[in-house]
Amino acid sequence: MALDQSYVGRTYPATDPYEVGREKIREFAEAIGDANPAYTDPEAAKALGHPDVIAPPTFVFAITFKAAGLVIQDPQLGLDYSRVVHGDQKFAYTRPVRAGDRLTVTSTIESIKSLAGNDVLLVRGEVHDAAGEHVVTAHTKLVARAAEEA
Amino acid sequence: MAATVSYDDVEVGTELPTATFPVTRATLVRYAGASGDFNPIHWNEKFAKEVGLPDVIAHGMFTMAEAIRVVTDWVGDPAAVVDYGVRFTKPVVVPNDDAGAVIEVSAKVAAKLSDETRQVRVDLTAVCDGQKVLGMARAVVALA
Repeated sequence: MALDQSYVGRTYPATDPYEVGREKIREFAEAIGDANPAYTDPEAAKALGHPDVIAPPTFVFAITFKAAGLVIQDPQLGLDYSRVVHGDQKFAYTRPVRAGDRLTVTSTIESIKSLAGNDVLLVRGEVHDAAGEHVVTAHTKLVARAAEEA
Repeated sequence: MAATVSYDDVEVGTELPTATFPVTRATLVRYAGASGDFNPIHWNEKFAKEVGLPDVIAHGMFTMAEAIRVVTDWVGDPAAVVDYGVRFTKPVVVPNDDAGAVIEVSAKVAAKLSDETRQVRVDLTAVCDGQKVLGMARAVVALA
């Protein structure tokens, strides 16, 4: 069933702050097998001009996707999450996420399209730090595949 | 930001060093824990097959994370990546054996965007089992 176009432009309330920890960044870097010292060694990060260790570019997705859950699970929108696949992902960075950040995410439905029976939902997640400065914007395209005909 | 590659030293067509990234079931379990994405299609073969997949598949975000390493390893400072996007076109199927799957990533400078901001666009190619698994994989990178 096609999603209601009137939800385009809807913005959901900002999330509670997510505090980025050094050890969480280390755990993520190890999980992707990336030994770049900027992710684990504060001195190495400082040598590059960062105040503390930074996170790999895609780390922030864990935070923005959790925030997008507000959209995905919005009963009024009525997306069938069991049929959802991740179509596209894009990040636009003002600066890297780093340890000590307290990040909030504000999710907005950018577009809703229906293509060949599939619902295609584009969600924008704006990530700001505790000072209200922009850190990164995540654009997530979700595709809810059409239900099979009975 | 402290990129170690100079804008003046690259041309359209400059190739970045390629890399291969092995991925086994254990890799996916670890990534699930670190990322918080516990969708069973990434660790439960029975579930994956029930929803029509050939087998367990890697998290798209795992492949996205591996692909950009070709850029961050090349440029030195990961903060040089100012924009990064991909389309998930084919799943990375990960069999339940010691070998798992291998993602091969190559990349080249596709455009020099601005002499002022010293930014280039890098186009990435990620291949697994002979098939491209990412489409429109592009990063904008600020060089020195």
